[in-house]
Amino acid sequence: MAEHENKTAVATTASQGQEPPMISVEHVKTYFDVTKGLFSPKQIVKAVDDVSFIIGEKETYGLVGESGCGKSTLGRTMVQIHPVTGGRILYRGKDVDKLRGAERKKFTREVQMIFQDPYASLNPRMTVGEIIKEPMEIHKMYDSAKEREERAAELLKMVGLKPDHIRRYPHEFSGGQRQRISIARTLSLNPCFIVCDEPISALDVSIQAQIINLLKEIQDELGISYLFVAHDLSMVEYISDRIGVMYLGHLVEEGTADEVYGSPLHPYTKALLSAIPVPDPDAAEKRKRIHLAGELPTPINPPPGCPFKGRCPIATEECGKARPELKDYNGHKAACIHI
Amino acid sequence: MDMTKAEIMLDDSCFERLDDSEKNTEFIAMESKTYLRDAWDCFKKNRLALGGLMFLLFMILMAVLVPIVSPYTYDAQNLDMRNAAPSMKHLLGTDKLGRDILVRLMFGARISLMVGFVAAFLNLIIGVVYGGISGYIGGKTDMIMMRVIDCIYSIPSMLYVILIMMVFGSNIGSVLLGICVSSWIGMARQVRTQVQTLKQQEFALAAFVLGASHFRILFKHLILNCMGPIIVSTTLMVPEAIFTESFLAFIGIGISLPQASWGTLASEARSVIQSYPLQIVWPVLAICLTVLSLNFIGDGVGEALDPKNR
Repeated sequence: MAEHENKTAVATTASQGQEPPMISVEHVKTYFDVTKGLFSPKQIVKAVDDVSFIIGEKETYGLVGESGCGKSTLGRTMVQIHPVTGGRILYRGKDVDKLRGAERKKFTREVQMIFQDPYASLNPRMTVGEIIKEPMEIHKMYDSAKEREERAAELLKMVGLKPDHIRRYPHEFSGGQRQRISIARTLSLNPCFIVCDEPISALDVSIQAQIINLLKEIQDELGISYLFVAHDLSMVEYISDRIGVMYLGHLVEEGTADEVYGSPLHPYTKALLSAIPVPDPDAAEKRKRIHLAGELPTPINPPPGCPFKGRCPIATEECGKARPELKDYNGHKAACIHI
Repeated sequence: MDMTKAEIMLDDSCFERLDDSEKNTEFIAMESKTYLRDAWDCFKKNRLALGGLMFLLFMILMAVLVPIVSPYTYDAQNLDMRNAAPSMKHLLGTDKLGRDILVRLMFGARISLMVGFVAAFLNLIIGVVYGGISGYIGGKTDMIMMRVIDCIYSIPSMLYVILIMMVFGSNIGSVLLGICVSSWIGMARQVRTQVQTLKQQEFALAAFVLGASHFRILFKHLILNCMGPIIVSTTLMVPEAIFTESFLAFIGIGISLPQASWGTLASEARSVIQSYPLQIVWPVLAICLTVLSLNFIGDGVGEALDPKNR
């Protein structure tokens, strides 16, 4: 746990000092126009709505929330798969949307992504070697094909596969092995920041732990920062330094892993944490579970006020008036008027 | 209860440590084969397709060799030997002007097969590039490109052929152009649909995040992954083009005499069908067997390239 505090301290000083933070997300909005037909009323999905946070060097920022809350969309927006509708994302002080030419190339080399589905994220027609060597070819790293080949073999070894797997096709591997291949592909560029978009949710539990530990080892060795998107709360607690909780496109709580898990402020976070399964049946029986009624409301034209008010156990009339701002409580932030 | 006694007897000395070579968890049993090698192995198992391929190769070989080896040329007339029955001198007999039918048939094979393959190749290139770009860019560009296709498609292809013939004269180039003007549309539509679904897949997004150019994503990742259906429809386009050419020649549009394609041979033989019915059998048989074998090949290739058949 001391390690967590240490890293957070580094992140905060970086943000206060002259050096701009590695990643700074400022009031980012990602909207999708889902209007059907030419004459029907305009329908906009506000997948990510006004989210801000920063990620420092060698830090892991966990992003949690239920399905459809916009966490994956936010991750994808950060690597420019989706365009930013409003706000901006700064990478080392530069607006990533305005990068062109050589600077954009540098950005695509340093900021990478690991995808959720290891069965879909590898081109089925390419061998493992081709898959791992492709990014190096794109960025013209190393001089000869032989060097790239050697580097690919080295990377395979690093992620726990055998170098002689290089001529195999992805369909010959299991899910966990494929996720390792996709991690090796990402690492081939020596990135500084990796968006991990639910990298473990498609894998079974024993493999999940292997992949998480692999990611941690790589971080210790290479000093990479992660944005770790997941809905498995215990895994996020294990890997993250700081955690952001998203609900319906908004960031509702943010703090260090200890703060968020130890003393959650927002009623949504409390409900989420109470749903983590506990291995001890006696403790599980004693524990108070908060059941949330209703479904996640649709993000198409949401009503004003707190996004959580419809399902919140402590909601009052006040909550319907304006969307609560993310307020700072000694570094631990939450967006609720009842704190 | 004897079991429990036996269990108690077990201690460390009963066990033996295996060395590391024994615990090979990352072992993959399947033999490592390239994609094409795998497809060929699968294709070979399909008897009909293999037979079709043999016949086609035989036909191509004959088309190349017969006019060279034979003592007769395709346009040499011998009025003493008109409408001769098959004999050792003329294996398939002669036509109404005493020309050797075998040589004319194989000369026709050159033209028909060339039309088929060249048309299919052109369709492949145009259709894949047009459909790929349209599907990949999407949005307004896609809409405009698709409306252009609709316009081309709305005019009957026969009209194109006749118009092109009038402008460029009746030669093999005009026939090819006429066939190609509208037949790439099916390919373009097919590729567009495939690309549209594939570009949302995570491997395409991954390539984008890795900094790949749009050209690379489209051709190396997307088109490569719809190669199966593309190859199948290209194979099936060959017989279609041969058919169209034969049909055009039969109704009198197409290459000019004394050159011959299978269609013109059939058309000529039609005039003597009452007295010498055998003459029309040869070109019709050639068209039938070639088209049939190409269809078998197409089916076989489709089956071989479908990963679900592995």
